[in-house]
Amino acid sequence: MTATAQKPGAREAPKARTGMWSRVSAALWRRPWARATILLTPPLAWFVLIYIAALVVLLITAFWQINPFTTNIERVWSLNNFTTIFTSAAYRSVILRTVGMAAAVTVVDAAVAFPFAYFMARIARPRTRTALFVAILLPLWASYLAKVYSWLVIFTHDGILDWSLGRIGLGQVHLIYTNWAVFTVFCYLWLPFMIIPVYAALERIPPSQIEASQDLGGRTWRTTRSVLLPLALPGIVAGSIFTFSLTLGDYITPLLVGGTSANFMGNIIYSNIGIANNVPFAAAMAIIPIAIMAVYLLSARALGGFEAI
Amino acid sequence: MMTTWARISTRPMKIALGLACASIVATGCSSPSSSSSSSGSTNNGAGTGTAGLTVPTANLPVLQKIGKGEGQLNLIAWEGYLQPQWVKPFEQQTGCQINAKYAGSSDEMVALMKNGGGGQYDMVSSSGDADLRILYAGDAHPVNINLIPSWKEFFPAFQSPPFNTINGVHYGVSLQWGPNVLMYNTKDFPTAPTSWSVIYNSKYKGQVTVPDNPIQIADAALYLKTQNPSLGITDPYELTLTQFQAAVNLLAGQRPLIEKYWDLASQEIFDFKNGNAIVGAGWPYQVSTLKADKFPIGSVVPAEGATGWADTWMLAAKAPHPNCAYMWMQYISTPKVQAEQAVSYGETPDNSLACGYMNQIQAGSCAEYHANAPLSYLNSISLWKTPIATCDNGKPDCVPYSEWVSAWNTQVK
Repeated sequence: MTATAQKPGAREAPKARTGMWSRVSAALWRRPWARATILLTPPLAWFVLIYIAALVVLLITAFWQINPFTTNIERVWSLNNFTTIFTSAAYRSVILRTVGMAAAVTVVDAAVAFPFAYFMARIARPRTRTALFVAILLPLWASYLAKVYSWLVIFTHDGILDWSLGRIGLGQVHLIYTNWAVFTVFCYLWLPFMIIPVYAALERIPPSQIEASQDLGGRTWRTTRSVLLPLALPGIVAGSIFTFSLTLGDYITPLLVGGTSANFMGNIIYSNIGIANNVPFAAAMAIIPIAIMAVYLLSARALGGFEAI
Repeated sequence: MMTTWARISTRPMKIALGLACASIVATGCSSPSSSSSSSGSTNNGAGTGTAGLTVPTANLPVLQKIGKGEGQLNLIAWEGYLQPQWVKPFEQQTGCQINAKYAGSSDEMVALMKNGGGGQYDMVSSSGDADLRILYAGDAHPVNINLIPSWKEFFPAFQSPPFNTINGVHYGVSLQWGPNVLMYNTKDFPTAPTSWSVIYNSKYKGQVTVPDNPIQIADAALYLKTQNPSLGITDPYELTLTQFQAAVNLLAGQRPLIEKYWDLASQEIFDFKNGNAIVGAGWPYQVSTLKADKFPIGSVVPAEGATGWADTWMLAAKAPHPNCAYMWMQYISTPKVQAEQAVSYGETPDNSLACGYMNQIQAGSCAEYHANAPLSYLNSISLWKTPIATCDNGKPDCVPYSEWVSAWNTQVK
């Protein structure tokens, strides 16, 4: 047995911490704000430098012009692009059409999602609820284009829809390349994004609230109107942010299933950046949905949509 | 404790936001968008090109000798231009693997070639209406045409055409050319239509399809050239304001008849196949694809003539694989490959020796695509070119392309 310098059982005295890391650690311990700064800076830098800075570089070009022949950007400050947009009847109608479509999709999706989410949250048994969840989330695993192309096949001349209606004897509807087709596809695409927040909001409502409302004499419609809807409003607002903003910017669905009147803001931006290479005009057009969403979010906040967050 | 947390929440946030704002200002001021205005008219004598403009890359040194292939080649092409039939042998022979980027319109090609191809693309198969825009933006690189032996076999009209050769400097090699034909479903049109008037006829409301491309205005102008001679249209790409407005009005009136403005050739093929459209303007590519699927499609160049396109494989100013690019230019100009592409797509080759090979692949194709008698046929086609403000007679009355784009987006569509 080797002799040790220490008594058996005695613990070693802790060494004095003098390494570099321990000095840094001690300095951070004394300055909590430095700890927070170091933790916050990487994600904030990523967000600001890569996302916001890129967006600013693009949007700043809205105040510049392009050389009409070579389409190189010339840094001549002016508001011409905005003047063109707001004084041209065609572009004004494009903006109104896009906002109208976004609003319609939001309303219809909310109307469809609410009873569905209510059933899932309050009535369905756990197994049914899981099955319904899978049914809602499964389309999200499919590619966006695959979904839109399947609708193209459904709507096309003598496609599934017209053929079935013809067999029943209802007459063909010829929805391909109309704004009705675009509307239907949008409603379908964003429905899962509306159902899930509404489900989350409805699930949190304690059943005692409903019972209390019934005790006070409220029947189905009164209970829904006065108790359920206000409590579910944050979920509906959260879902509506998805449906509204996604519809506002989308250009692929109008391009594929829309026809000659499917000219939305996204299409104008796409055709100006990708095709005409008029980046300043596209940037000016892109600022408009951003402004619309800012107004939308502020009104949502005023309506109390974010209180539950 | 509360005050400590309050300091934590504000001080680091302030520092982070301060850094953020500084970075925004820095990036905003040093925006990387190229602002080189190459429209500065340094008019150094006769033949500087269009209206006193100069090509910024004209003095770049050309490759003297083709070196070892780089193993990759990034090409921007029209759909149907890079079929495995001729791409695979090229890849096996040279070891240059081709990465294709398909574009649907000339405007898209110009946009992709911004900044010399951005160091990403090597070549683009651009049509005449895009070529000048690419050249004068400084996005094309001069080409040593002596390194392409098959060039000597080209028809004279396509050896140094004005859309890819300025002042004797080549910026690419001519490829093939063809018309924008009138396509029709032979079941609905037992006898072939003889005039473009069918696509302006309200009898076919909701069954017409035309390209989603501002250059369509030239098609309308070409129709009006014979339909309305009092307008005095001679060149459908050089229109005075009155002529331009007449063409735009014709297209705006056509809009209720249009089922869909097609962006991609595959969209038009889908529409004809499903009966969404029965007549429209398209490329021989759609016709040959539908014929290969045994679909009853017919095509014709009507009495008024047609617009057309002449394509060039243009070399990007910042091409990352120049050796492979030259190997491709050599390969695609040979008679056999020209014949293969011509028959597959349905266009006319620029190599005069391709005719025999075409008939070997498909009997009668040489005559069908006019590969042996191009000059008179060529004269009946108005090839795409970029409309600019200065007419050919020197007057600044003509409507420039940017107006075409804006009219297409606001008045027609």
